[in-house]
Amino acid sequence: MTPLRDRAADLVMGARMAFTGGRDGWLRAVLTAVGVGVGVAMLLLAAAVPGALDARQARGDARDDLRMGEPIPAAANTLLIRQTDTEFRGQPVRGRVLRPEGPAAPAPPGVAALPRAGEVLVSPALRDLLSSADGALFAPRLGGATVTGVIGAEGLAGPGELAYYLGSDTLTADDATRLAAFGGGLPGEGLGPVLMMLVVVIFVVLLLPIAVFLGAAVRFGGERRDRRLAALRLVGADAAMVRRIAAGEAAAGALLGVAAGGVLFALGRQVVPLVTLMDLSVYAADVRPPLPLVAAVVLAVPALAVVVTLVSMRAVLVEPLGVTRRATPVRRRLVWRLLLPAAGLGLLLAGAAGVAPLGSEQQTAAGAVLLLVGVVTLLPWLTDLLVRRLRGGPVAWQLAVRRLQLDSAASARLVNGVAVAVAGTIGLQMLFAGVAGRFTFDTGQDTSRAQVQVQFPARPDAAVALDRLAAASGVTASIATLTTLVTADGTHGMLRIGDCAALAEFGRLDRCADGDVFLVHDPEDRSADIRPGGTVTVGDGVRWRVPRAAREVPVRTNPSGYRQGGVLVTPGAVDTARLGPLHAEAYLRLAADRPDAVEHVRNAAAGADPLASVLTLTETRQANQFVNVQRGLYVGAVVTLLLIGASMLVGVLEQLRERRRLLAMLVAVGTRRSTLGWSVLWQSAVPVVVGLALAVVFGLGLGAVLLRMVQAPVAVAWPALGISTGLGAAVVLLVTGLSLPVLWRLTRPDGIRTE
Amino acid sequence: MNAPLLVAEDLHRSFGPTRALAGASLRVHPGEVLALMGSSGSGKSTLLHCLAGIARPDSGRVLYAGRDLATLSDAERSALRREEFGFVFQFGQLVPELTCLENVALPLRLARVGRREAERRAAEWLARLEVAEVAGKRPGEVSGGQGQRVAVARALVTRPRVVFADEPTGALDSLNGERVMRLLTAAARDTGAAVVLVTHEARVAAYSDREVVVRDGRTRDLEVAA
Amino acid sequence: MASRVQTVEQAIYRYTHRVYVMCIVAGMSIGQTFLGLLEATPRHGYDIKRLYDERFGHARPLAYGQVYATLSRLLRGGLVEVDAVEPGEGPERKRYAITEAGVTDVAQWLTRAEKPEPYLQSTLYTKVVLALLTGRPAADVLDVQRAEHLRMMRDLTRRKRDGDLAEQLVCDHALFHLEADLRWLELTAARLDELAATVRS
Ligand SMILES: Nc1ncnc2c1ncn2[C@@H]1O[C@H](COP(=O)(O)OP(=O)(O)O)[C@@H](O)[C@H]1O
Ligand SMILES: [Mg+2]
Repeated sequence: MTPLRDRAADLVMGARMAFTGGRDGWLRAVLTAVGVGVGVAMLLLAAAVPGALDARQARGDARDDLRMGEPIPAAANTLLIRQTDTEFRGQPVRGRVLRPEGPAAPAPPGVAALPRAGEVLVSPALRDLLSSADGALFAPRLGGATVTGVIGAEGLAGPGELAYYLGSDTLTADDATRLAAFGGGLPGEGLGPVLMMLVVVIFVVLLLPIAVFLGAAVRFGGERRDRRLAALRLVGADAAMVRRIAAGEAAAGALLGVAAGGVLFALGRQVVPLVTLMDLSVYAADVRPPLPLVAAVVLAVPALAVVVTLVSMRAVLVEPLGVTRRATPVRRRLVWRLLLPAAGLGLLLAGAAGVAPLGSEQQTAAGAVLLLVGVVTLLPWLTDLLVRRLRGGPVAWQLAVRRLQLDSAASARLVNGVAVAVAGTIGLQMLFAGVAGRFTFDTGQDTSRAQVQVQFPARPDAAVALDRLAAASGVTASIATLTTLVTADGTHGMLRIGDCAALAEFGRLDRCADGDVFLVHDPEDRSADIRPGGTVTVGDGVRWRVPRAAREVPVRTNPSGYRQGGVLVTPGAVDTARLGPLHAEAYLRLAADRPDAVEHVRNAAAGADPLASVLTLTETRQANQFVNVQRGLYVGAVVTLLLIGASMLVGVLEQLRERRRLLAMLVAVGTRRSTLGWSVLWQSAVPVVVGLALAVVFGLGLGAVLLRMVQAPVAVAWPALGISTGLGAAVVLLVTGLSLPVLWRLTRPDGIRTE
Repeated sequence: MNAPLLVAEDLHRSFGPTRALAGASLRVHPGEVLALMGSSGSGKSTLLHCLAGIARPDSGRVLYAGRDLATLSDAERSALRREEFGFVFQFGQLVPELTCLENVALPLRLARVGRREAERRAAEWLARLEVAEVAGKRPGEVSGGQGQRVAVARALVTRPRVVFADEPTGALDSLNGERVMRLLTAAARDTGAAVVLVTHEARVAAYSDREVVVRDGRTRDLEVAA
Repeated sequence: MASRVQTVEQAIYRYTHRVYVMCIVAGMSIGQTFLGLLEATPRHGYDIKRLYDERFGHARPLAYGQVYATLSRLLRGGLVEVDAVEPGEGPERKRYAITEAGVTDVAQWLTRAEKPEPYLQSTLYTKVVLALLTGRPAADVLDVQRAEHLRMMRDLTRRKRDGDLAEQLVCDHALFHLEADLRWLELTAARLDELAATVRS
């Protein structure tokens, strides 16, 4: 038994070796540190996400102003508040108009003193927007109020949030909510089971390739290390000592990587507030991974490095006279390779059947991890199986295939990460496509007729407001009407007043002149039973006789996608002043080349009436965040793949450098460089094809099981399949392409030196 | 004497401060076995690489069959090496993944000969070099002497006009070394190939028809001097 | 079978016999060595002997008889002449100088390869040192010798290739000896600068 102190000495010696050894040694240490560091930073970031979201949620709860329950009477400690949310260039803006009703009126979080009429408090992001060149495009919505302060961080969801509190002395209880305190509303809606599963799977899919990547990163420079260890054996180190030295070296490199990861994470945290992703921005202070998870990462990564190193050393014999790969490759046994993914599948299926002894989230995560790990375990086996039978073909192909036959694991290892990432992405996107279908619906809106709908509350000077809209910059046409409700015998319809052109959007008018009145019926709807010459109640009780000349015309679907029965009236046929306050509604067409036109419309609407509602029309409305999340996932997958690509590149270069003499010799005897290039390409392409095939199978399997778990119909998301495999293949091509210049350099024929 | 096949004129080549060649001149005639002798580091390999179009001299010319190698493109020089030259190095020249037979067939396949035909001819050459029995083995599984004979077979399989051999016996014991030299020179004589043989061993050089001494990057080719 | 064994024995006998004879005949080059020593400056007979013993004698000094026999042979051949006679008695009083013919003779000797026979070191060594002493290119001496050795080795190699096993063994024996000489030559060539420094000191 070796004394403990000697063993420790071996470890320390190994650790020293991680950082000595000239330029090559440093390069290896730096590569490992960067590779591991990137992985560690990603892990820490992922660990911090739930906390960050919680913090954000907590702040959202604290400023909640949706009071449910009985109305309360005005008092010294109440205030009136109205939502005036808007959008600016696609970014949501949280707007509130406040009117304190007494000296003790509550202030929302982040606000020290309530704004008085004509004053506004803005979030820092909105303040920056206002003081920028674009500010003029938003300012009109604040009704000319002066900015007197900034909303504090505790009152905002994130640093990038656009928000304002506008003071008012005209807000009435009719248009507003009365509050005695902020917050304490309903607890924030948690993620539903479907969303929860999405989150879990997202984590698995994005993090598992990182783990695989870490496994590859801790092996950077393995070949040279083996040779160095052989030299140590020559001077008398025994096999166990060599293993300890290797372990020490791996752990030291990984620890350096963990440190680098910590630094990267700290730097990344500072960058976080600058980014707004999917309308989400996060304070640096919120990005705080829980301590147990940090400890787990810090301990697990070096442990992983040591384990991976020791496992990889089983395949080589480090002997005093050099390193030999075990001559007869380990027979790859299929059973245990199938065991892991089968177990994963079992866990997921059991979850789908409602059996979840571990708790459904943990079980889903474990199942997905095991299933995806199956790609890693099966890849070398399948590559072997395929390659064993291959022979013949052109020289480049022969060189590649023979190399794979000898050591498929080395090449397979390089593409593991890609395969796992692709498989995960396919499964996830499939789940997404299936789930997103539920949240996507046809709005029926017709954007060829109008792009924006503006509605004003009932007001006496409605026509003036409509004119202001039509005059807004970028508006090319306005379908402006005044509306109110008509009641006839307890049935309701819409009374709409507008010129002939406007009315034609709501009914199929045969001919029309000022003074005409039309009755429209929606045959599928039980609309008001209004007859020419009949009397109806308009608005709050004004009696109006429908002219005898009124003609019945078929209803036309309006640009919002609705069909409304009722009466269409030209201005000459009615005295609008007699009908009481009327709502104003306008469908606007915007100049296609003026993307800011909608902002001008919003300004005009807010200028005419702060309570106006502006709605942009879209053909389909997908529960909006889904589009963003889906896109974000692709971004995540690309980033992961690029990371893996970087590690792949290092691996490929390492393998090339190891063979530089042979390559130079092949060029010296007249081998075309293109032949060598192709052989390098084939050598990674074969495992990639196998890997991608596995990825497709496992991805589809994962997607199908996940869809079953959320009880969605199982459908193959072909675009996701294509995009994911395409991305994987592209990364491999990119890596091969990037390695070619090095190949050219290594194969300069004068590189053969017999020494 | 007939026209030289390969002529080097006043070659110079430096690696940083090291002057590997400092005025080397040389002629190789068709079918002759020429030994390049000199102590280690004298510039023999560098000269061989320049002669074979593997490296470019800093100055001076190499003419093969009257053509200046410097005027050929990289692809043309590759083709030349593939089709007109053969190479034997000290060690590590066989592709470890390929079987010995495939290694010998490799130059033919690079010259676009079909696989079946290439392997048939390769098998003949293996037999001729008395290593038919290793055809199906990988280079890692054969002895050094067998490996070198496989390498000689590979160098000759395309029936090149010049075989460049850089210390072909350097890693062998004398018995195996002699055997390789005997087979190499016999096969070269049969096919009419010239051999440029780099060696520092006199017993190996004794298989040549003529020797050229390289010292400090300079040649003493008595024939060129004359 | 018996006859073949006999052939081998005969061959080895022939070889060793020749080697033995060679050692005696090696004295042939003493004359040229004297000429070389005289080339720089005329010297007395005694001087010549002392110099020779110092540089080439290897603990086996020349007998006076041999010195004067050689000198008188050179005188007869017109390769040296008596430059001056000091007053006194005895041949050691004579100062010898080299003639034109003598210089030519040394030059020819130096540029001529020795027949590649075993135990040539002393002759070759003498040649190299003399070349250095007389300012001639010593590397040439070695190159010329190497060429000669190789020519012989080539013959042996050819004979070996065509001969039977016995012939091969004999040839190999000779080849190994020749190779040893050549190795020594290479080593000497590599150390010429070092040697030049000691010789001229
Ligand atoms: N690629 C190279 N880079 C640097 N120096 C080199 C290179 N190739 C050769 N040399 C140097 O040039 C000199 C001649 O080398 P080489 O031709 O290999 O000699 P030889 O083959 O006779 O032993 C040596 O000093 C060697 O170190
Ligand atoms: Mg060399």
